[in-house]
Amino acid sequence: MHTYLKNIFEDTGKVTLFTGRFFKEIIKPPFQINEFIRQCYAIGYKSLPLVSITGFIMGLVLTIQSRPTMIQFGAESWLPSMVSLSLVREIAPVITALICAGKIASGIGAELGSMKVTEQIDAMEVSAINPYKYLVVTRILATTLMIPILVLYADLIGVFGGYIGFNVRGSMSMFAYFSEVIEHLDFIDFIPAVIKTFFFGFFIGLIGCYKGFNASSGTASVGIAANEAVVAASLSIFILDMLAVQITDLFF
Amino acid sequence: METKAIISIKNLSKSFGDNEVLKDVNLTVNKGEDLVILGRSGSGKSVTIKCLVGLVEADKGEILVFDTDVTKLKDNELNEIRSRIGFMFQNGALYDSMSVRQNLAFTLKHHTKEVSDEEIEKQIIEALESVGLEDAIDKMPAELSGGMRKRIALARTLIIQPEIILYDEPTSGLDSITSREISELILSVQKKYKTSSIIITHDMACAKLTGNRIMILNEGVIHAEGTYSELEKSTDEWVRSFFI
Repeated sequence: MHTYLKNIFEDTGKVTLFTGRFFKEIIKPPFQINEFIRQCYAIGYKSLPLVSITGFIMGLVLTIQSRPTMIQFGAESWLPSMVSLSLVREIAPVITALICAGKIASGIGAELGSMKVTEQIDAMEVSAINPYKYLVVTRILATTLMIPILVLYADLIGVFGGYIGFNVRGSMSMFAYFSEVIEHLDFIDFIPAVIKTFFFGFFIGLIGCYKGFNASSGTASVGIAANEAVVAASLSIFILDMLAVQITDLFF
Repeated sequence: METKAIISIKNLSKSFGDNEVLKDVNLTVNKGEDLVILGRSGSGKSVTIKCLVGLVEADKGEILVFDTDVTKLKDNELNEIRSRIGFMFQNGALYDSMSVRQNLAFTLKHHTKEVSDEEIEKQIIEALESVGLEDAIDKMPAELSGGMRKRIALARTLIIQPEIILYDEPTSGLDSITSREISELILSVQKKYKTSSIIITHDMACAKLTGNRIMILNEGVIHAEGTYSELEKSTDEWVRSFFI
């Protein structure tokens, strides 16, 4: 128990220092613009197929599953607005972030872990290249920026999936469906959802980088780093979401 | 060879937990000299050179490189010193997401400010020619053999024109013919670029060919020191065990 608590405090301290270093390095030139753009491409663009499929299925399944209950209450016409609100406010941000935690946090954890094990990070350091700035800052910034964009994209695809789901049993034109959605969606529905996705993105990048950067020696540690990154990032998404819901409830 | 010390380590100690890896190690490397450090695995050889470039923080002692104590430097000052030192890692440590060309260009671009693309290309070709692998320029590290990886790693080290090169087991994991080629390459680099080197190795053929002076490290302490022929004649049983 004593060792367990000691490890928790030690880890918390290390993550705090790691985060502090991120904010210190982010304002110090030189800025690794090219690597940042490359990471945005790798994290954002290359996640599009996965986010498209999951977003579409989320909207489709949610509509099909909700339909019988809505019919029971005589509220079938509310289905488009109910689905779009659920997607925009909660389901798309959390599911997309979890999908990205699986894909991106594990990828970053494994990549940096293997670089650490094969001394590539040390090679950068002895070449007078700041590996933290080049590898960590660029990745955390890219996830922080790309996750909200992916979530907005998932919102759109999810609503489209909802339209297809609605038309499996019912019949509504695309124009009528989207008019219904837009009518019931306010700008204020997007604000807290988008704000929390920046935090999701930040933590996905931070945890992936921290686990990879601190991998111990040996090839087994690469797998461990990737695995721990996914678990910790997924858990942090749920905790952040819970906090975000409480805060949103106070202000919106 | 000049007798001016370019590296001077005084009373260097380093522990990892309860394991005392280096115990008051003293050594000097003169300008233009190749110093070989021999020792069993875990005797502290690699830790010594990692302390030199600040990859491992020394617990105690003074490490003078170019007359500057690297243990007391801030990050940016340490980077100034690092930019004059080349470090060749045991497995090459090539960036595996980059091609050979990108590996060399990446190091050069970060080392030299405002260098034109033509100049970068010229220096890459020159560095690859010096290790005899100009044909591998567009290959990825995964496509290279062990010997080729070490040569490319040496080319990447040479491209910044270092004054000191630290080799961490340059011939480990290679067959005897490739090992000899790498050892000859180290020797030719030293002659061509007038570098000073520390070579960490287990390979006696490499030590014989490349070392002007040899130090044998045993459990964190320098056990013996001399030229290859002097140590070969030693009556000390531990020293003799390296020459069998």
